[in-house]
Amino acid sequence: MTMEEKLENINPKLYGKSGERLVTVDDENEEVADEFDAREIFDLIKDINDPEHPLTLEELHVVEENLIEVDNKKNFVNVKFTPTIPHCSMVTLIGLSIRVQLLRALPSRFKVNVEVNPGTHSSEAAVNKQLADKERVAAALENNHLVGVINQCVSVKN
Amino acid sequence: MGALTVKQTLTGHRGRVWNVSWHPTNSALASCGEDQKIRIYSLEGGKYVMKLILAEGHTRTIREISWSPCGKYIASVSFDATTAIWEKKGTEFECTATLEGHENEVKSVGWSTSGNLIATCSRDKSVWVWECNEDEYDCAAVISAHAQDVKKVRWHPHEDILASASYDDTVKIFKENTADSDWNCVATLSSHTSTVWSLSFNSTGSRLVTCSDDKTIKIWQEYRPRNNSGIPTPNNVSVWKNVCTLSGYHSRTIYDVDWCKKTGLIATACGDNTIRIFREENDSDPNQPTFSMVSVAENAHSSDVNAVRWSPKNPGELASAGDDSKVQIWFYSD
Repeated sequence: MTMEEKLENINPKLYGKSGERLVTVDDENEEVADEFDAREIFDLIKDINDPEHPLTLEELHVVEENLIEVDNKKNFVNVKFTPTIPHCSMVTLIGLSIRVQLLRALPSRFKVNVEVNPGTHSSEAAVNKQLADKERVAAALENNHLVGVINQCVSVKN
Repeated sequence: MGALTVKQTLTGHRGRVWNVSWHPTNSALASCGEDQKIRIYSLEGGKYVMKLILAEGHTRTIREISWSPCGKYIASVSFDATTAIWEKKGTEFECTATLEGHENEVKSVGWSTSGNLIATCSRDKSVWVWECNEDEYDCAAVISAHAQDVKKVRWHPHEDILASASYDDTVKIFKENTADSDWNCVATLSSHTSTVWSLSFNSTGSRLVTCSDDKTIKIWQEYRPRNNSGIPTPNNVSVWKNVCTLSGYHSRTIYDVDWCKKTGLIATACGDNTIRIFREENDSDPNQPTFSMVSVAENAHSSDVNAVRWSPKNPGELASAGDDSKVQIWFYSD
């Protein structure tokens, strides 16, 4: 999968970036356990690069904090993402990048679901099924070329 | 409720363990996984001890392994698109053949009860049947019946009948047509609403249990032509009907199911880290059977459970494999 000669979505809508996470008193208190919350998950994925544009998933509103659900006790993380256009061909790659980033960053106890925000992609059922199939995800992650592309997406640019 | 107790935890694999397979007659076991290795354990002084590591047969994840009915061979399938045949020579195993032909990842492998046929299936949507004669392996059939990735193949316990489960949400049954020696699909079992990950025949081969991403397991009953239940069989071929669906027990994808040929118990491996055991109730109607859950091992593994397999030798003994890199030996008692 190389960069398309012609951009699929020529003029994506841009959004502002969220500020830094507000540090609370409890965050600095060593006695209080810091549990994963939606903001923390969001911070892990907001700077993933779009495969097509030199912009982050946050700037394109592909990921949003309020579309992230975390249940620490049940070890459950659910991320819904919104493709920039309903026919986006990059949708699986974007979902896979989010999955890989969370797989690498979160403790293995977490069950991570990555899904298309309902109603925002023409083939969301097929995309969701593929992203949820851990065997196919594992096989994809043994493909060096694909891993290279994903690593480019998840690496934070300065 | 019965008790499912862990007897032993076997560590050593690096990364996810995908599958376990029991030796047909000895107390021995093989496991395989992401680390591209097969580990073989055998029982010594009441404990399973790792005896051998088979490496360098595959260049990618080993998805499944299967011991031949004679116990002399192991077949392994890999994401590298090949099937390797390992032959026991003295105390060692040697890779004596590599079966090629699938276009991409091979997902499952099984030997027919006679040991003369091997089935493999792949993400390329096909099921292959291989004939084995004195260390020669020839492709006897390429069956393109599924519309998607084929996840599992399993042989009937007594006859040369093959069943496969797929990402296309169906299970298919195949049989050789003796007239032209073609392998044909003789039944399509539709009812699951997502990927069918695995399946297992009962001891007589008259029933199948299937498990799915839709979080249910289903029991299917074969109705042969001229059956006493009055079920019509068009074209004079058996009809498989879904006679029972167990829903509400599993909270995530069910990756594997195994129907014990000795005890009739059904075990499931689930993405919620749990192993569950089901048994048919005594007063169950054969045409509308009822099954109940008789045991639950929550957090059987600290991550997804990928495989469960009943020992063909010791009733109640069960092996499991998990994403937590572990193989575990369990014992079920009433």
